[in-house]
Amino acid sequence: MSTLLETRDLVKTYGTGEAATRVLRGLSLRLEAGEMAALLGPSGAGKSTLLTILGTLMKPTSGQYEMLGQDMIAADDRALTEFRNAHIGFVFQFHNLLPDFTALENVIFPAAVRAGRETPAARKRGRVLLERMGLAERIDFPTANLSGGQKQRVAVARALMNAPDLVLADEPTGNLDRASAMQVMDLIGEINREEGTTFLISTHDEKIAARCRRQVGVRDGIVTEEPRLA
Amino acid sequence: MRYALKIAIRYLTANTAQTALLVTGVAVGVFIFIFMSALIGGLAEFILSRTVGDLSHITIEAEDRDPAVLIDAPGHVLAAIERGTTRTATLADAETWLPLIEGVPGVRAVSPQITGAGFLTRGAQVAQVSVTGVVPGRESAILDLQGYIVEGSALTGSGLIVLGRDLADDLALSLGQTVRLQSSGGITALLTLSGVFETGSGAMDGARAFVSLSLARTLFAMPQGVTRIEIKLDDLNAADATAQRIRALTGLDAVPWTDGAEQLMEALNAQAQTGYVLKTFALITIVIGVASALMLSTFRRRPEIGIMRAMGAGRSFVVFVFVTQGALIGLLGGITGAALGYLALLPFPSREAFEPGTLPMDITQGSYGLAITLTVIGAILASILPARAASRVDPVTAIGQ
Ligand SMILES: Nc1ncnc2c1ncn2[C@@H]1O[C@H](COP(=O)(O)OP(=O)(O)OP(=O)(O)O)[C@@H](O)[C@H]1O
Ligand SMILES: [Mg+2]
Repeated sequence: MSTLLETRDLVKTYGTGEAATRVLRGLSLRLEAGEMAALLGPSGAGKSTLLTILGTLMKPTSGQYEMLGQDMIAADDRALTEFRNAHIGFVFQFHNLLPDFTALENVIFPAAVRAGRETPAARKRGRVLLERMGLAERIDFPTANLSGGQKQRVAVARALMNAPDLVLADEPTGNLDRASAMQVMDLIGEINREEGTTFLISTHDEKIAARCRRQVGVRDGIVTEEPRLA
Repeated sequence: MRYALKIAIRYLTANTAQTALLVTGVAVGVFIFIFMSALIGGLAEFILSRTVGDLSHITIEAEDRDPAVLIDAPGHVLAAIERGTTRTATLADAETWLPLIEGVPGVRAVSPQITGAGFLTRGAQVAQVSVTGVVPGRESAILDLQGYIVEGSALTGSGLIVLGRDLADDLALSLGQTVRLQSSGGITALLTLSGVFETGSGAMDGARAFVSLSLARTLFAMPQGVTRIEIKLDDLNAADATAQRIRALTGLDAVPWTDGAEQLMEALNAQAQTGYVLKTFALITIVIGVASALMLSTFRRRPEIGIMRAMGAGRSFVVFVFVTQGALIGLLGGITGAALGYLALLPFPSREAFEPGTLPMDITQGSYGLAITLTVIGAILASILPARAASRVDPVTAIGQ
């Protein structure tokens, strides 16, 4: 197994002066390519903060972060944008899809924004991904008309569109009922096994975490590896 | 970028009611712009055509005018300007100057003329007439003679005469009939009526006759030279500068039509300024409207912008999406407003058929292209601020947790 990403001594402080909140306090983490890891920790522990930094959407206050051998701290916005597009997929808890677009249009967004247009090849892959997510009937549905579980599955398909190395999912099943949550996790597990895509999934749900082969605990701004599952 | 365009269009069509309202707002601004352009342009055109339209823009005359007396406040100096006596002689070889004058930039037409007075006699009828000899083919160079022709043609030629409607009626003369013309110098010619014009001005229609220049030479015993050179310009506002050029070039006393028309010019200028101010306000309204609408839209779509940024959309892509929306709104509003403006102007009578008591709107002066162009530019400028704000949306806070 090769190393996909590695962080060393990540510190993130929100705000300044009296209002400063130190969320990450020297967090070091390594993810191997092909891993499927759960990110656990109490509310406010800094899980979303970590995922945001790993997703290059935010820079840490200090510390090092390398992914695929590249320095993610030194890179500028343009380089990071391109890097994200090519190597990182996201699944968020809320605000996931573009409401005025169909399921397929949402899924192929990462490819279209790179190519400057929606190519037939992208459409084809988008369909395949949606079919795989069990959404064959919903391909051209406006996303506003989809159920919560369906929306999250569209979001997973979109995260996979550009065949990324890493998918970061922040409580992807937080808003779903048990059945939908397990369906989404099944699909993620399948992709991980078959394509070797690395997943890092934050969750409060022990059952979801149990689906992952590795559990990363975050507490007081640092990693407490392999927490005991209650 | 095609994909950014697609997203821009989708955003606009996603909320049709709001987009329609915005486009309508822009269209109203454009409508006002066009209406003002047509009104101010039409008004200026109307006033100018009524006052100087058929006049020569620059005139070079042989006759000494009465010495002009400049009167200042009572008790101040009276100055009389006396002209040299060589003037007639100078204009005698004026024809050598003609090619030179024609070469001056902005000169559209030059009409050398021989003018004089005479009598028309037909049977017992006698009428006084003011005769103008013009170069055949150039009858309509200054005054649009052909445009006023109601019978026959404006073309002069040997043995032909073109008369005003009233004069022809007074002499009971109809097309093809002959009339005797006796010049003030006593020379007579028998001429055939080849054209009748009607300008609506009694002084013209009841007392003017046009003949060919060579006929006028014979009638007024002027084997060479002319008494008057009339010059038409492309732009009558350039009369002062062009007259000065011609004076410098030829030494002839070229007088622009604006001499003595300062008040008219001032009035027209003030009117044009008012038009600019109103049009500027219309544009400003458009810009503010588009800017605020797009600002709201960027705010409403913050989470989506965040998602797009997270998915690998660059800042420039986001800018493009919003600027394109602005441009499309400008284009749609511009075209709609221009079309509405055009339709609203259609019922107004054309310049020629204008009737007193209505607004002299000139549908051809709506500046439709300019209105649309300025609106699109304005809308693009208006969208730059919101677009930049959108491109700076922080994906983390926008997506929210
Ligand atoms: N933009 C911000 N400005 C200030 N403080 C912030 C900001 N974002 C997060 N925080 C704080 O940082 C801490 C960590 O937040 P974070 O969202 O990373 O936690 P989390 O582990 O994802 O929690 P949850 O499980 O509830 O989602 C919290 O105390 C939060 O209040
Ligand atoms: Mg969180």
